[in-house]
Amino acid sequence: MMEPGLYHILTVSIALFFIGVMGFLTRRNLITMLMSLELILNSVNLNFIAFNKYVWPGKMDGLFFTIFIIAIAAAEAAVAIAIIINLYRSNQSIDVTNAEDLKY
Amino acid sequence: MPNAINIALIPLLPFAGFLLSGLFGRKYIRNFAGMLGTALILGSAILALYTAYDYFFVYGKVDGVYQQFVPLKITWLAFTKELSIDMGLVIDPISVMMLVVVTFVSLMVHIYSLGYLKGEERFATYYAYLGLFTFSMLGLVLASNIFQIYIFWELVGVSSFLLIGFYYDKPSAVAASKKAFIVTRFADLGFLIGILILSYFSGTLDFQELIARLTSPESNEAKAAAASTFLGASALTWGAALVFMGGAGKSAMFPLHIWLPDAMEGPTPVSALIHAATMVVAGVYLVARLFPVFALSTPAVLEMIGWVGAVSAIVAAVIACTQTDIKRVLAYSTMSQIGYMMFALGVSKYGGEAGLGYTASMFHLFTHAMFKALLFLGAGAVIHYVHSNEMKDMGGLRKKMPVTHFTFLIACLSIAGVPFLSGFYSKEEILLAAYHSNTAIYYIALVTSGLTAFYMFRLYFNIFWNKPYEAHGGHHGHGEGGLVMMLPLILLAIGAAGAGYIPFGELVSSDGKALESHFDIAFSAAPVLLGLTGIAVAAWMYLKENKKPENMASSLGGIYKAAYHKFYIDELYLFITKKVLFNLVGRTAAWFDRTIVDGLVNLTGNTTVLVAEGIKKFQSGKVQQYAIYFLAGVVLLAAFFVYVWR
Amino acid sequence: MNLLVLIGAPLLTALAVLAARNRQQVRWISLAGSLVQLGLAVALLLAYRHERALQQTAQMLFEQQYPLFKSFNIGFHIGVDGISVAMILLTSFVVVAGVLVSWNVEKMTKEFYFLLLLLGLGAYGFFISLDLFVLFFFLEISVIPKYLLIGIWGSGKKEYSANKLALMLMGGSALILVGMLGLYFYAGNTFDILALSKSTIPGEIQHILFPLLFVGFGVFTALFPLHTWVPDGHSSAPTAGSMFLAGISMKLGGYGCLRIATYLLPEGAKEYATIIIVLSSIAILYGAFATMMQKDLKYINAYSSVSHVGFSLLGIGMLTQTAITGALMQMVSHGVMTALFFAVIGMIYDRTHTRMVADMGGLMKKLPFISTVFFLVGLCSLGLPGLSGFVAEMTVFVGSWENPDTFHRIATIAAAMSIVVTAVYILRAVGRTVMGPVTNPEHLELKDAAWNEKLAAILLLAGILAIGIAPGWLNDLLQPAAEEIMNRIAGK
Repeated sequence: MMEPGLYHILTVSIALFFIGVMGFLTRRNLITMLMSLELILNSVNLNFIAFNKYVWPGKMDGLFFTIFIIAIAAAEAAVAIAIIINLYRSNQSIDVTNAEDLKY
Repeated sequence: MPNAINIALIPLLPFAGFLLSGLFGRKYIRNFAGMLGTALILGSAILALYTAYDYFFVYGKVDGVYQQFVPLKITWLAFTKELSIDMGLVIDPISVMMLVVVTFVSLMVHIYSLGYLKGEERFATYYAYLGLFTFSMLGLVLASNIFQIYIFWELVGVSSFLLIGFYYDKPSAVAASKKAFIVTRFADLGFLIGILILSYFSGTLDFQELIARLTSPESNEAKAAAASTFLGASALTWGAALVFMGGAGKSAMFPLHIWLPDAMEGPTPVSALIHAATMVVAGVYLVARLFPVFALSTPAVLEMIGWVGAVSAIVAAVIACTQTDIKRVLAYSTMSQIGYMMFALGVSKYGGEAGLGYTASMFHLFTHAMFKALLFLGAGAVIHYVHSNEMKDMGGLRKKMPVTHFTFLIACLSIAGVPFLSGFYSKEEILLAAYHSNTAIYYIALVTSGLTAFYMFRLYFNIFWNKPYEAHGGHHGHGEGGLVMMLPLILLAIGAAGAGYIPFGELVSSDGKALESHFDIAFSAAPVLLGLTGIAVAAWMYLKENKKPENMASSLGGIYKAAYHKFYIDELYLFITKKVLFNLVGRTAAWFDRTIVDGLVNLTGNTTVLVAEGIKKFQSGKVQQYAIYFLAGVVLLAAFFVYVWR
Repeated sequence: MNLLVLIGAPLLTALAVLAARNRQQVRWISLAGSLVQLGLAVALLLAYRHERALQQTAQMLFEQQYPLFKSFNIGFHIGVDGISVAMILLTSFVVVAGVLVSWNVEKMTKEFYFLLLLLGLGAYGFFISLDLFVLFFFLEISVIPKYLLIGIWGSGKKEYSANKLALMLMGGSALILVGMLGLYFYAGNTFDILALSKSTIPGEIQHILFPLLFVGFGVFTALFPLHTWVPDGHSSAPTAGSMFLAGISMKLGGYGCLRIATYLLPEGAKEYATIIIVLSSIAILYGAFATMMQKDLKYINAYSSVSHVGFSLLGIGMLTQTAITGALMQMVSHGVMTALFFAVIGMIYDRTHTRMVADMGGLMKKLPFISTVFFLVGLCSLGLPGLSGFVAEMTVFVGSWENPDTFHRIATIAAAMSIVVTAVYILRAVGRTVMGPVTNPEHLELKDAAWNEKLAAILLLAGILAIGIAPGWLNDLLQPAAEEIMNRIAGK
């Protein structure tokens, strides 16, 4: 079986990234948007790991960053969901267009 | 030696009167204010006479030359170590002479006003103003420093403003007072710049120092001033000419005379004091004070002074022949007589026999103060009696007002130059000085003296003869006005008749040495004959009511009309101020400020708002829109760094 | 004398006002406090003269220094020289008069007086500061209350005026801040004025910093063409606000232009002197001509302020000792005069409910006291000897004339021409309001000044007369300080 190379992983990561971007830009549902955001973050994580493994195999920096991002993403998801729940409470909906009022 | 305290009291007594009447007059000493002011000015007058006696006959003369004394000098404001405004008292022949004139005429006016303004609501205010004026005028006369003279110059200006506008609820009085102040203020601008020039080159503001430095041709100051030129004339010439401009404004010389006739809106005693005897001769006094500078350093300016004086004399005399308001006739007559004094200085030289013009000018100033104040006070009595300024409302008053009539006649004869009255002596000297120095001016003066006799007797006959007097409505219960109004007339009449016998040449001369005054019958014949002719013509035209004046006026046509309208100089000024200064400059400046300058400020504000409005659209609140901007930004930046920056 | 009392007294008064229970208490506390300040200012003058008489030759007297931020070398450094003493005296006069004329403010009296006292505090602090940082702090203290005073207690288009004034002054402050920081970094990390005055700042740096500082302070003192907040601000402000604005705030700018821009950056001052002279000559003449066409009394005085303050800037631009003394005298004189002018306009407005010249006439008949004061202050404005304006203007003229070249001469003559135009507009205003027949029959019912108004007017008049009749003391106060500034400019 062929060992997947750097380019394979990067391809997957690019695909993930753009799927995430597409989802973030087009979906109106805040939960879906949050999920898209997670996709983008994970594509970044993938990149870090891949580069770490293939380019500087002796170092650990990429792994650390990935763990950082996962931790922050978890925190972010918690905050975001809290906001979304509050928004739902006040608007009975989690459509992003309802959040426009937040600019005021 | 002069006593500084005595001399300082001369101006300070009226000032005390001003303070007392001004602060407490309205409530506490309302009716008492007149007596108080009069008593104080009487004190001043006595001190002035005493000073004059002391100076002229006791200590003033050293080795046959009258000296200048400065018994008191206090630094008021020191600009630099050398340049400071000092408040000083200067005692020399002209200042002593002026002290006597000012205090005497002021005393007469104070007494006269007791009757003239009786019952006036703002009686105390009036006396306060009179006190302020007298103080300022005396301060001006005693000034030892050119800036001190400027300070008091402005103060007499403002007291003149206050007194002209005394009847402040009369719009014409308000307008006249404003005009007087602004026109003289304009002239004072020249005076101020002149002071700056002279003080810069001489390095001092003190009269004695200034004259000493600028008149000696060897001094560095005089050399520097002569060397520096501007528009073809030396700085010294400019300075002297500008100082004279100030004098011309105050003395109502052509073409800055327009304020004087209007100034007659003030109460008549005020006209007698300020606009006949004292303030308006301040310009003459100023030229006399700086005479060595004019005569020795800037002869060109002195010649100009001569011509300005001569032109003013004749223009005013012509206008006076056509006016019908008696106070205006007297105003133009004043202007004409001051013209005499001015050109007498203009034709004079410094020192010795050639300085006759200087003596003559001061002599005429003295006699003129007597007879012109008398004329005004007499006119005041007439106006008080008939309640009108117009000649047509008068006539035949000689029976009703015998004292006024007699004293008025003396004054008229005196001003017309009839022999053995004061005006004759001073005028002869002026003519003699002009004859020896500038023939053209001499002939102008000769014609003017004929005209003077004519218009004065036109006035006299119109008031006291012409038609029999009939009261024009209204009551005339009161007579001529009591003793308080007659006494000044009589005293002034004595002065007007006898002042000519003072040996003026021995007392006042350009260099302090005594001057022989001599009279030549042959020389005097021409002016006296001209004067008598003038009187005769006036008698022929105005002694009885007839049609001759109208016929004469219509046959003269345009000339008469032009003179009647004062040669349209007022209209010219009005055009310049109303149309040019107000509408063109003022309106433009105001518009420019509101529209352009402030417009730019508002534009800055509005632009900020507009830009903000534009930027605001980007913040839509749509998260996905932000994400697109963000993405686009990242892509653009990436493209920039990859392809452009490298 | 401890200078801290000059900050302490207004601060305590302001706090006491906040604690007061009713309007009556507020007014009396303010009056008492401001009188204490006046007393302190007079005591300062006497103490200062006393010290100088004892041959105290230090440039600043009564100095005190406390470190504020050690690491940035910022200290609370205070002290006074003749200029500061004169300005403090001016401030205390205006504060008392301002408190007196505001006696009848109904709306939010407590807040009004508090802000008024705060403004005074800012001015006192500004004039005694010898550290740019502290000075800037006090400068800002005196801007913000003005915004509120106009915005809340003003009249007419007050919001617009308040915005305009605050924004323009803040813009000026921003320039000052930049200039200050420039000074700090180029002159060895110090904000101390005395230390800065000993340092040498390279010419090319002065070339940049001078305009920042001069224009910044210039906005405060109505430097043409940045003067447009003056007419709008004054016309909308309440009476005391106008008095403070013209009497004190504009002087903060003049003081800064001289003490900071010119004194600390002499090379820059020499370089830009021509421009300053041109701008101030324009301001003097153009302000005077613009005044001629105004119909509202407050606008008349606002524009005439632009013209008069031009004399201060002209004096500074002329760079001679006499001219700078004159400029300072003009600041003091104009401060007292314009405060009185606005006070009188306020009194007239309170009675006639109009400020339009055309709607008045013959006020002398029923309001003799107010009319007389109005007339006197008009005479002061047109430079009558015996009143303060004359002394100041003449000193500026004589000082300007010390420059021998044609350019300075022409500028001086142009400035001198304004004395005629001033006479025109003052006499127009006076002639149409207090003189003439009574045009509005309702004006026959008016009542003359009350005790508080009389007291305010007499106080300020006393100031005008004290300078006008015996200018020697002010001259003695200002001249040595001006000499100090000139020494630095001349490079001694």
